Formats: sequence, structure tokens, C-alpha cells
Amino acid sequence: MSLPQPVTRRDTVLDPWIDTYAERTHGLTVSAVRALFSVANRPEVVSLAGGMPNIADLPREAIGEAIAALIRDRGAQAMQYGSGQGEPFMREHITEVMAEEAIAAHPDDVVVSCGSQQALDLVTRTFCDPGDVILAEAPSYVGALGTFRAYQVQIVQVAMDERGIVPQALREAVAACRAVGKRVKFLYTIPNFQNPTGVTQSLERRRELIAVAHELDLLIVEDNPYGLLTIEGEPLPALRSMDDERVIYLGSFSKTFAPGFRVGWALAPHAVREKLTLAQESATLAPPVFSQFAISTYLHQFDWRAQIVAYRDMYRGRRDAMLRGLTENMPPGCTWTHPTGGFFVWLTMPEGLDSQSMLPRAVSARVAYVPGTAFYADGLGSRNMRLSFCFPSEERIVEGTRRLGEVIHDELDMLRTFGIDAGTVEAVHRDLTTGPAPDIT
Amino acid sequence: MSSEIGTIVVLAGGLSHERDVSLRSGRRVAQALRDRGHDVVESDVTAGLADLLATTPDPVVFPVLHGGDGEDGALRTVLDLLGVPYVGSSGPASQRAFDKSICTPLVTVRKPEQVALPNSVFRELGAPALVQSVVRQLGLPLMVKPSRSGSALGCTRVDRVEALPAALVAAFAYGELAVIERFVAGTEVAVTVIDIGEGPRALPAVEIRPRAGVYDYTARYTAGETRFIAPANITDENAEACAAMGLAVHAELGLRDLSRTDIIIDADGPVFIETNVAPGMTETSLVPLAVEAAELDFGELCAALVRQAHVRGGGTSQG
Repeated sequence: MSLPQPVTRRDTVLDPWIDTYAERTHGLTVSAVRALFSVANRPEVVSLAGGMPNIADLPREAIGEAIAALIRDRGAQAMQYGSGQGEPFMREHITEVMAEEAIAAHPDDVVVSCGSQQALDLVTRTFCDPGDVILAEAPSYVGALGTFRAYQVQIVQVAMDERGIVPQALREAVAACRAVGKRVKFLYTIPNFQNPTGVTQSLERRRELIAVAHELDLLIVEDNPYGLLTIEGEPLPALRSMDDERVIYLGSFSKTFAPGFRVGWALAPHAVREKLTLAQESATLAPPVFSQFAISTYLHQFDWRAQIVAYRDMYRGRRDAMLRGLTENMPPGCTWTHPTGGFFVWLTMPEGLDSQSMLPRAVSARVAYVPGTAFYADGLGSRNMRLSFCFPSEERIVEGTRRLGEVIHDELDMLRTFGIDAGTVEAVHRDLTTGPAPDIT
Repeated sequence: MSSEIGTIVVLAGGLSHERDVSLRSGRRVAQALRDRGHDVVESDVTAGLADLLATTPDPVVFPVLHGGDGEDGALRTVLDLLGVPYVGSSGPASQRAFDKSICTPLVTVRKPEQVALPNSVFRELGAPALVQSVVRQLGLPLMVKPSRSGSALGCTRVDRVEALPAALVAAFAYGELAVIERFVAGTEVAVTVIDIGEGPRALPAVEIRPRAGVYDYTARYTAGETRFIAPANITDENAEACAAMGLAVHAELGLRDLSRTDIIIDADGPVFIETNVAPGMTETSLVPLAVEAAELDFGELCAALVRQAHVRGGGTSQG
């Protein structure tokens, strides 16, 4: 046998720029968990993982005609560069939308962004140097954690319970950070139907939070993408409606209209708004102008308030289907939250189970979820998972919970077989504990 | 030229845990074939596949499916039933190669001691005693793997007996059968075997040096996380022995067209780890590196494999 005789030996890591990347990109690697979500996109799999809004019932034909007219009649403007702060008419409309949640705002204090995700990015880059601390709920939105990490910020997560972030835990976290010389830049919070837990801050807790922020001289970044999607009980006032100097408010059309336009905003105190506008200009020159025209057209020509009512009814049905399915299918020892709006339920499994290592079994059983560890910066959350009820139909949601119930049953059986402790807890519909103290080192 | 072959259907995706890798491999193969002027259709494995093949003129399938139905031979058996020629090993041969509990005992090359145990046996016989027996028999450290999976998914190195139950649970998350092998420490290499009508030929071994020390999923598919040396920086004697092992495995399992055998070279020479009938073809995969090291063109190799399959299906070799 003769081997081919190559001329040269190649020694490569297949990335010539590996030593050139910024330090903040370290950790941006392919992961097996992310790869498994590729299977979740197949129709055979009931995906309770993604947070995609269900926009199937939008009047697409009429919207299409309106956008065609927009291009025909105002295309020269709509397809041109625009203002870094966002178009004036868009900011006017945004104040009308925020008024639905009792937020009094002037259009001059609004900065339009490419989804509220980019608004969070602008806020973080404006306030944070590497090593600064951002406080967030434990657990918190995975996309926010990713943004914070990108700016090399230390994330300190603060315990929450069924009424939201725990004020005393917040005090202790801030004190601990400051005691070691850390600069706490802001608290990031999602008061309504929090992602991932579905928990809503009570009114009393909101007042306490504002009081603590004053007491500690703390800035709050309030992320409120789901605020208009209350499906049970009365909507609660936004933190920004209680304090217009200490709260930066982030809003979005992604859940109340459609996410593809990528239009969100930040409402900020005047001085901060100036900084955000400059940051926006440096990042994008201007947020998407055509999308702003399209959304303004929608808000102007369509009954968007009625559409939100329709969304609420649809999501209520899906939320109910998920809670029903969980009640029918979850083994003893599992607990879950009872969201009064938004998209998510937070499930807690018995001690010993690990939602991340169980995910391949779930995918084989054709159901997917997001493991709880995704929502913690420090590896906690292994017993948890986020379940989304926004996208699948009610029937699919119930079927998904049935499959998930079997997977958890099997996993429990496996742990018992191998003598790995799977303790039981009271089957109550709350699961959030105060957890360990945050690590400030 | 290409019209003689008809349409190449690159199958990628599927429902296995390695769907994402498969889609990336599929895109790369499809593009390489298109760059050479071939008519290529990319398809997932769906209920519409039989119709697609029935309505595609003179199809040749290039399966780039990793794990599950794509690699275990089931889909290839279906293609045989449909009379559609395809690149790669037959259904039965793929089945032999894919399942580690079947493959490792079958091959006669140097290999690690292995036990394969289903989930159910631990439940029926009691896990604690069985775990102790396994460690007594094989010693430590061990490698625990799902019997029917790839890309290092569900694989764990076990250094302490207390860690074995958790490693087994991780492997059983990917299937009902796990294999437990004595851990082999040494230089990791992969040998690609191709056969484009002139008999099986081993390409230069590619050496794998993961930055973090473990060639896991992240190290496999994130550029920059693993250092590859092609041809491997090993002795001529080991290079010859690795090539011989790749060819022997290819022959003993009855594989055809293309295979990749993973090997660890310890102090006594090469040890067989596993073989793949649908190896990865992504930007960070080993086969394209081996092809380059052999001074072959990846697109030309893909085209040659398609021509071979076409001829096997009764077509001419003109394509």
C-alpha cells in the first residue's frame, strides 16, 4: 500500500484570526444545546422553546396593500436615511402606545431602536465599562445576559419570588458589590410576565423597588415587551409611570404587532436620551426607516388596540392549554408558575433532574424547551425549564406537555435506577426560591 | 458532463440530534457540486422525499445525514427499495458501522475493551452492583458513549466510579444502549478512506489537538477551538498503521465510497475508536482536511463519488 505523499504539512485551527478577536468574544462557541434547537424547528417536534409571537391572525393582505401604497406614495422618504433618534411621527406614535400603560412621555425623550434588544445594547454600551456590575433578576432574559456579557459586565442576579425581585435581596446585592468597590450601573428588570418565569411584580413590590432605587441611588432599566398582553387580572402600572427620572423604559412592537419590522425604543431621561441618540448614530446611523414608516402606517390605518385584544384572547387560550396540560401530565414533584400574561411558564423539576442533560431525550420524544441554565449567569437553573405557550396551537401545547411529562417520568425512573437522588417537593404552583447569595468576587 | 448524471439530491437535516451539523455538511457538499456545474437539489428528510425522488429526473442521492435514520442504514435501505442510487455504504453495512456495540466487536483491529449495556438491564439487575462490576472488569478511566450517536454527543470520560452513573444517564439521554470502554490516552487522528472506482485508498491521517483537551461538540464545530495537523505529525510507522487500520475497517464492515475511522495512537500504536459512514463535511470537519492534505479537490471528490453511485445504479461513467 502506498500513501499519497503531500508536499506540505498543514497545521491549522481553521481560523486565521483566532488571536485577533476581542476578549469579549471569548465564549462565543458552538454548543450542543443550541444545535439541538435545530431539530425543534421540524414540524414533528412540539417546540415549547422559542418565544416567537403568533402573528398568523394579522390581516396580512390589508397590511400588504397599505405597505404597497406606502412605497408608491411615500417611498422616496421611507426608503431614505432617517434620523438617528428615530422619525418624529414614529416617536409620536410610541408615546400613544405607552399611554396605554399610563406612561406620560414626550416624543423628544424617545429613541427608536432596532427592536428593544438594540435599545438594551445602547443602554449597556452607554453606561458600562468592563467589570461594572449589572443587577438582574434570577433568572433573567437570556438575550439580556448575552448583551451584558458582550460588554464584559459582571452580572449579579438577585433573588425573586412570586411577586418579583426581592427588595431585601436587592439591597444586600448592591451593598455586597459596593463593599468590594464594584460599580453597580443599573438594575435590569422585566416587571410584567417576566422572561423566563412569567412572574409579574406586584404593585406593592413595584413601589418598594422604586423606593429601594432611591435609597441606593440606583438606575432601573425596565424592559416591558409584554406589558400590553395581560390575559388575567388588571394591568399594573409601569415602573416608568412611577418615576420618570430613575427609570429607563424599553418597549417594542415585536409582541403587540410583529417582530420582523425590528422596531423598539428606549424612553429615557433627557440627558440619557442624548447619549443614546449619539450611540445609535454611531451604531446604525439611523434605526430602520422603512420599518418605522410601515409601523406608523399600521398604527394609523388599523385598529391596533383591537388587534391587541385579539392577541390577548388567543394567548389566554394557549396559556390555559399549557396550564391544563401541565396539571394533567406532570409527575408529582414538578411545580410551575401561573403567568397572567406574556408568553412563558417556568417549570421546576424535582431535585436531581437536569433539564439540560435531559434535552436530547426530550428532542427524541419530539418536544423541546429551553433549559433553565440559559437564564442564569452562574450555572444555576438546572432543575428549571422555560416553556413557551405563544407559538404552538392549543392542541399542540397539550400534546407537548404530554410528551414532556413522559420524558420527565422516564428521567426520574432513570435517576432512581442509578440511585441519583430525586427528592420530592410540594406540588404548588410556585417555584422561585431565594437561592444562594450572589457571587460578587 | 453533468447532464449525464441527472440531478444530485443532497439529503441533509433529518430528525437526529446532529441535524444542525448535517445541514452544514449538506450545504458544503451541495455548493461543491454546484461549483462543478452539477444540477443539485438540497432536501431534508420529510414525508415528501419519495415524491421528490420519483419526480426528479435520473436522481442520484448524496446522503449527508448524521446520526439516527441517516447513518444507521434505514434510509439507504429505503433508497435501495426505491431503486435510487446513492453515494456511500449500503444499508446493512451502515447499520454495522453506526452502532458502536455492533461495530467494535466486529472489527478485528486493535480496539479498546468494551461492554454495551441497555438502560433496562440496570433497572432489572440493579445499577450499583452492575456499575461496580463494570469498573472491576474494565478499570478506570473509562469512556461512556451512546451506542448510536455521533459528534461526541452524550460522551463522558469517567475517572471515578462515583461518576459512572451520571455518565450513563447522559449517554442514555441519546438512546437506550450505552457502550463503556476503557479510556485510551494518546494522539487522536482520523483516517479518511475513499474509493472512487480504483479500490479503497486511505488519505493522510489528520491529527486532532483540541485546545481545551477534549474533542467535544464545541471543539468540533467552533473554528479556532481545535488545532488540526494534516498529515498528522506521527511516525511513518504509525502513519502506515493508521492507514492500514482505516482500510481494514472499511473492508471488514463492507463499507464503500467513503468512510472515516477515528483512531487514538497510544504507546503501542493505533487503537480503533469508531468509524463513520456519513462523516462530517463542514468547514471544521476532518474529511475536507484529509482531502486537501492528499492534494485532491473536495468538489471533484464529491463529483467522483456521485459518478460512482450513478454507475452502480446502471448509469454510464460519462458523467
